[in-house]
This record gives sequence, C-alpha cells and structure tokens, in this order.
Amino acid sequence: MRIKEHPILKFDFSKKVQFYFEGQPMYGVEGEPIAAALHDNGVMVLRDSINLKRPRGFFCAIGHCSSCLMEVNGEPNIRVCIVPLEAGMRVNRQRGKGELR
Amino acid sequence: MIRESEMLVVGGGPAGMMAALQGLDNGIAVTLIDDGIEIGGQLIKQTHKFFGSEMEYAGTRGIELGKMLKEKLFNYDNFTYLGKTTATGYYEDGVVTAVREDKEYMKFRPRVLLIATGAAERPLAIPNCDLPGVYGAGAVQTLMNLYGVLPGKRALMIGAGNIGLIVAYQLLQAGTGVAAVVEAMPCIGGYLVHASKIRRSGVPILCSHTILDIQGSDRVERAKIVKVDDNWNPLPGTEKWLEVDLICVAVGLTPLTDLLWQAGCEMRYVSELGGEVPVRNREMQTSVPHIFVAGDAAGIEEASSAILEGGIAGLAMARYLGAPMTDSEYRENSAKYWNELENFRGGPIGRRILEGLKKVLEH
Repeated sequence: MRIKEHPILKFDFSKKVQFYFEGQPMYGVEGEPIAAALHDNGVMVLRDSINLKRPRGFFCAIGHCSSCLMEVNGEPNIRVCIVPLEAGMRVNRQRGKGELR
Repeated sequence: MIRESEMLVVGGGPAGMMAALQGLDNGIAVTLIDDGIEIGGQLIKQTHKFFGSEMEYAGTRGIELGKMLKEKLFNYDNFTYLGKTTATGYYEDGVVTAVREDKEYMKFRPRVLLIATGAAERPLAIPNCDLPGVYGAGAVQTLMNLYGVLPGKRALMIGAGNIGLIVAYQLLQAGTGVAAVVEAMPCIGGYLVHASKIRRSGVPILCSHTILDIQGSDRVERAKIVKVDDNWNPLPGTEKWLEVDLICVAVGLTPLTDLLWQAGCEMRYVSELGGEVPVRNREMQTSVPHIFVAGDAAGIEEASSAILEGGIAGLAMARYLGAPMTDSEYRENSAKYWNELENFRGGPIGRRILEGLKKVLEH
C-alpha cells in the first residue's frame, strides 16, 4: 500500500512500470528499490533462509543484512533493497544459495 | 585498471558529502562511491528539523539538507560520483576495490581516503526475530519517507532513543498506527520534544518494558511485551500480546568498520560510541596516515555531528594533499567546526559521547 496523504512529503508515483514476481505481473514505480515495489504489492516473503528454510523479508534497506537476496532476471543473490526497479524485471523468491552461471 | 585519484570518499551520507565538499572547495578532485540508489545516506529520509546551530544546518529537514549538499557537489567539475557502487575491500597496496551495479569491478588507489560508511542497525535476539515484518528503523524510514510505501498497518517500536522516537512519530505521519513504544531502560534515551509529540498523539511510551516473543506464520502477526525490573528481569504477570504487523527495531547501531579493519587502522571497543571504532586525532585521521574517518563509522552519533566531522576530515584531507592554505587558515577553519561540535555535544547525550571520545581521540 502507498501513502496517500502526508503532512510533509509529496510522492510522485507516476512512472509506473510492470514487472513480474514469480511470474505474476505487478506494478511498481520505476527506479524505486525492487523491495519497495514488492512491499507495496503485499509481498513480504522474499526468500527462504539457507539452513532452516525460514521465511525472510526486508530488514536493513542498506544492502548489508542479506535478508532480501532474490533472483532477478535469472541472477541470484541480488540485494533487492538497493537495486532499482526496471520495466519487465523478472523477480523470483530465492531458495538456497543460488547458482553462479 | 587502477583508478588513481586524489581523494576517495566511501559513503555518501552527511559525513561523506560534507568532506567531499571541503575537498572540492579547496581545489581537490574527489571521487565518492556509495552503495545506495540515491546519494545522501540516511540524511535524505529525515523529515524532522535538526537541532543545533547554523553551521550544521539546524532548523532544516534532512531531506532538504540532502538535496542542498547534493546540488553543491554536482556543481563541481572535478567531482566524480559513483552510485550503486559497493566498496568491497582494502588491500595492502592501498587499493580500494568496489563493485558497481553488481556488474563492474573497480579498483581505486587514492592519495587520501575517507571512510564514511555509517552504521548498521543492531538486530534483536528474540524468538522469531527473523520473520518478515521485523524491520530496522532505518529501513522503515526508507520505505515510507523515500518511496511512499506504508510499512505496515500497526507497529510496535522497540527502543525510545532518538531514532525510535522520531521514527514512531514518522509512522504516525505516514498513516501507520503505533501500538506502543517500548524501552527497556527506566527512562527514554532520546530528546523529550520527540517523546512529547508521540504522547500527545496518544501512543504509550512504555519504559522498563521489553519484547519477549513474536508470533506469525510467515509474517509478524503479534508481539508479546513485558515489564522488567531494575535488573532487566521480566516481571511475571505483566506479559501482554499486541496485535501488530510491524515491529520496528531501534535498539542501537553498530559502526560499519570493515574497511578500517582491513586497512589495519588501530581500533578500540568504546561502548559509548557503539562498538569498535578507530583511534583518531583531532583531524579525524586514523593510525594509517592517509586514511580519515567521519560520521557514524567513527562512533554512533547524529547527522549534525556527522556533518561537522565530515567538514573537519575534509579540510584536514585537503591540507594533507597540499591544498593551498596557510596553517593559521587551516586552524581557524577547523576550529569553527570543532567549536560547533563541542556546543552540539554540550547536552546530556553529548556528555556520553565525550566520555567515549576520551578513549579514542589522541592529541
């Protein structure tokens, strides 16, 4: 969900782009972190933890905690909190460590 | 290819931006690398007005200040900004490595280096603290203040230091309910003016309280809080479940010092400054002569002090590189920043910082 009214800030949500999460089309704002767009769409679980397979979500937003590692356009271990959203991106939950190509 | 440069700044928050400006003002070519999408670090998420005086831009909101510093920086032709670039290491031959946009591997060999990497949120060690919906306070600010995304419907804030209090109020401004602010200490740690705003909005600030448990299947659904005695022991019978979908963690920060360690800078554990921090002199120079430090990486404090420390470091780095300035000019300009910093640290929170600095500041 987006903030509709704010006493101090004004947001520009006009640059809407489509992307795919687990194959499902979704919309976000171009250039915002992929994680922000997912959050707006109600996607809270971004990956499973490596050992215990526990659900992991957004946490630090500064690219440090590894909680938000996802697969983007086939590439694993992308820190979606600091990677900007582009039209047509294919974003998937990451399971395990991912594989280097 | 190794990029030889005069001044390299790692981190584009308030400290890094100010230091870069000081370098540029003195005719030095500056390269700044930052891992964020936008330059400004945590500064550009701060919607409240800063305290202090004119020199650290008090009375200005962080978001406006961030824009102002950015505009000033981009006016210089000899300023190189590399965003979405993560510094990955420091090597014995003085090379700093970085990765840009997860693609390009870069190497820098600067004559003088500023580590202004900031800090990371401390996690909470309680059951289910890894569930989606448990976020660092800075992350919540990013979602709501930068990108206009509601972080949740109803939040529990852990910690009543300045960050906890400020972010609790910002949550209310964004339209997220706040069930309570809990603080394990017997009193709040932040400024009273921030606490008052929250109380006026009807949100309880529960001191001598802590969080015990979190429940939810694949995201936060509820949290258990409890009153604690003077020795931090939970008092039986005072447990309470709160229905919340967001737990905002503001229990302190840890300086991000990886590069300083790799460079062999002398480090000391100083609890008042948030953990292991580098020994430095009044020029913000570390034990490795060409490496300087400023902002939260030097010790957890505030944006205002990061700005002033950045100014001090930037000026000293420019002099280190031989920028044309007389000794008396240098001393005069550096003293201006120091005086401001001392004024800023005059309050009760600053007293603690000063105690900590005694342990790492060498003359």
